[in-house]
Amino acid sequence: MEILKSASAGTLESSDCLVTVEPGSGVSLELSSSVMNQYGRQIKATVLETLQRLGVENAAVTVVDKGALDCTLKARVECAVFRSCDASASNIPWGGAVR
Amino acid sequence: MKNAVGREIPDSLLVNGKEVYQGKQYMDGKYIQKAAPCTRRYEKPQESKIVATLADALRHCGARSGMTFSFHHHLRDGDFVVNMVMKAAIEELGLDNLTIAATSLGSAHDPIADYIEQGKVVGIQTSGIRGRMGEVVSAGKLKTPAIIRSHGGRPRAIEAGEVHIDIAFVAAPTSDCVGNCRGIGGKSNCGSLGYAMTDAKYADHVVVVTDCLVDFPNLPASVEAIDVDAVVVVDSIGNPKKIASAAARISQNPRDLMMAENVAKVIASTPYFKDGFSFQTGVGGPSLAANLFLEKYMDERNIKMGWAIGGICGPMVELLKKGKVGKVIDVQDFDLDAVNSINRTPGHYEMSASQYANPANKGAFVNKLDFVVLAALEIDTGFNVNVLTGSDGVLRGAPGGHPDTAAGSKVCIIVTPLTRGRMATVCEKVVTVTTPGDCVDVLVTDYGIAVNPLRPDLIACLDKAGIPHVTIESLKEKAYSLVGRPDDLEWEDKVVAVLEARDGTILDVVRKIKPLEL
Amino acid sequence: MIKRPKPERFRLRRTMMFMNAQKPGLIKDAYIYGCDSIMLDLEDAVAENQKDAARFSLYHALTTIDYGSTEVIVRINGLDTPHWQEDIRVCVAGGADGIRIAKCESAQDVHTVEAAVEAAEKEFGVEVGRTLLMAALESPKGILNAYEICAASQRMFGVAISGGDFRKCMQTTFQRDGVDMLAARGQMLIAARAAGIQCFDTVFTNLDDEEGFRAEVLQNKAMGFDGKSLINPKQIRFVHEVFAPTEKEIRQAEKIVRAFEEQSKAGVGVFTVDGKMIDVAFIPGARRTLRLAKACGMYEGDLV
Repeated sequence: MEILKSASAGTLESSDCLVTVEPGSGVSLELSSSVMNQYGRQIKATVLETLQRLGVENAAVTVVDKGALDCTLKARVECAVFRSCDASASNIPWGGAVR
Repeated sequence: MKNAVGREIPDSLLVNGKEVYQGKQYMDGKYIQKAAPCTRRYEKPQESKIVATLADALRHCGARSGMTFSFHHHLRDGDFVVNMVMKAAIEELGLDNLTIAATSLGSAHDPIADYIEQGKVVGIQTSGIRGRMGEVVSAGKLKTPAIIRSHGGRPRAIEAGEVHIDIAFVAAPTSDCVGNCRGIGGKSNCGSLGYAMTDAKYADHVVVVTDCLVDFPNLPASVEAIDVDAVVVVDSIGNPKKIASAAARISQNPRDLMMAENVAKVIASTPYFKDGFSFQTGVGGPSLAANLFLEKYMDERNIKMGWAIGGICGPMVELLKKGKVGKVIDVQDFDLDAVNSINRTPGHYEMSASQYANPANKGAFVNKLDFVVLAALEIDTGFNVNVLTGSDGVLRGAPGGHPDTAAGSKVCIIVTPLTRGRMATVCEKVVTVTTPGDCVDVLVTDYGIAVNPLRPDLIACLDKAGIPHVTIESLKEKAYSLVGRPDDLEWEDKVVAVLEARDGTILDVVRKIKPLEL
Repeated sequence: MIKRPKPERFRLRRTMMFMNAQKPGLIKDAYIYGCDSIMLDLEDAVAENQKDAARFSLYHALTTIDYGSTEVIVRINGLDTPHWQEDIRVCVAGGADGIRIAKCESAQDVHTVEAAVEAAEKEFGVEVGRTLLMAALESPKGILNAYEICAASQRMFGVAISGGDFRKCMQTTFQRDGVDMLAARGQMLIAARAAGIQCFDTVFTNLDDEEGFRAEVLQNKAMGFDGKSLINPKQIRFVHEVFAPTEKEIRQAEKIVRAFEEQSKAGVGVFTVDGKMIDVAFIPGARRTLRLAKACGMYEGDLV
């Protein structure tokens, strides 16, 4: 998927995260997390895998994590990406690129 | 050298008779030579000990660089006194190389972090450390490792001369002109002054700081004039709003209530739950809520609590007033209901930290405790508890009376949710051991109860009462299945804090954390 | 990925707890409180501009969180919104046990949802017929059409009334004695029983009014409801207590089922238990009592 415009999803509440995607060249990730020392690597891996599954090759991604579980991280990244393409409202590939 | 909880303690710390932790009650029966302070004689009658400023008081007590000043934390997050005193010492008298020996430190003391960074404060000894101070100490900016002790370990160390207090500062809600102090009667009421008592007896000099001067004699005094060198009257010793909350309310959080009910069930299943039993609980959500459910079981079985100790708040005072507990003995008060009750409600008494929890005296209250209900930041599969360091390895907690009550009580129950955000509370290995697993008996979580295999008697009690329980390993696995298995923290060699067991042996060390580079 | 077992159309549903599908902290382990069903809400709890985000959260919650034997139902947005079709797709793809149709007013509404569910089941390779349905009646028209709604589909397991909207339509407010909704509750119950499906009462929203809550639950039980929708875990226990059978009922049910099994082997159709005439018509009720007793931890036998 191509990031057409800046979009975000999520909140800064505990157990959630705020993900922002913007157009960029290549994938860059800026990550801050309340559980950085213990989960930083895993969060990074989850975010990058999710982007890859969605076929995002160019994006500047910012994740502010407040202790979100993996399932929440994925959901927020996906929602932000689909929003950036104005494609978040219908015909989501559940079980396909989103899984 | 590895200690009894499997922690590697650097040999460089094992000097001057320091040993590693060997298990609970290791020091039982040994003798100690108590240290005595060197105090000044005031034979000539004095009308008043009031001096104009803190700087004057410091000069009067011969303050100089390299000294150790002690403080107590009854004013909690509302305390102004630590900052005022250190400012006077460092900025007015130009002192440095100072050590702060406090019963606890919190975010109220953020400005002290600057003095640490400037190298003016070089030593910290405390039970709790939070906020910016926790961060700068964790970052290795304190010249010597901070020493963390429990509330009982501190008076032990003072009596044994391991901490020599040059000047003790007493933050007194009321005092008279010669230094008889009480925790009630002024505008910064805090109730008990239990943590200040040992300090005042063992310090070379004692300075009382008050914002409410009352007529002589201010009785019954928690700290007595016979130990006081000087009295300073200031505008305000603290922010009353942060000293005591209006009233500690019992949590309405359904998760807390569910856990609290299970705590009460466990208590009621043991043979110690009989008329006259003794009890301590924390003020955290599920710990405090245990009061509520315990009362139901007490009514059902028609029994009363003999006595309760600890930091005290309203719900316990309420039980006292209803006649459901015989006596409440109190080292600190957490809310206005408790503040207004101590030494007023019949049966509500004050006690010193040593009376409360000191393992080296001839029998502290904790030694006669039946049940204690405590919280945890982390607990591992060896039942070791961490209440000091966050999951990121940064100092942000307080052992307080945790290790003392756990060691003394017949049944120590830890109550905590299985996870907090993405942090697994039940884990393979706690970041820092603050209460050793051989003192912890039962773990109650929102996902189930586990009993320490060291207590087959309690396992039998739960089985008999039909209370389901699982292994602590299965709770850990459940936690990891929810949040993922955490990566191990990475540390540098530098030790930033030494965690002393209550008996004075070394339980663990906290090293400088290596920030994660992605 | 968690594969949930095939949903049971008729199972114990004393308590259905609503949870905002958009709140990660809430939905991650709502099952620990022991409610029979969890109702993940895409409708009123989710702001209009977060409907998309809630679906992503829901999908991953459904496919990664092990809810165990707790039933997972999703409340979708109304048929008059642009959201309901995608709501159905995500529910089916994620493997929700059932879908709650908001603001249902006719059998046609049920058919409309059923067609979309079936299409989604085919799209996502889910067994056709797996996804159950229930309807929420929120308007006078819904109540008047209760029977045709209840009988509209083999997927329908139950019907519930939604008090907030219904009271507004009726120009009334909450009344302590329940008179505001008495007729509607009664009509809905009759329709549900006639169609052979379950019937659930509305939420009680004032968490501070424990007395009012208790009175309403007791009335629900007396009227014959199967269960109640809840908004807070602390409401669960009392409902379970009230809906639990008595010791006497359990003993009686046990005797009836045991006697029936013995007598029917011997070819006897009508017999007496404690002097009371019993035939096959008593058996489903007696078995339901035992199942309920088992769920309440009051029966450990092997008859159910």
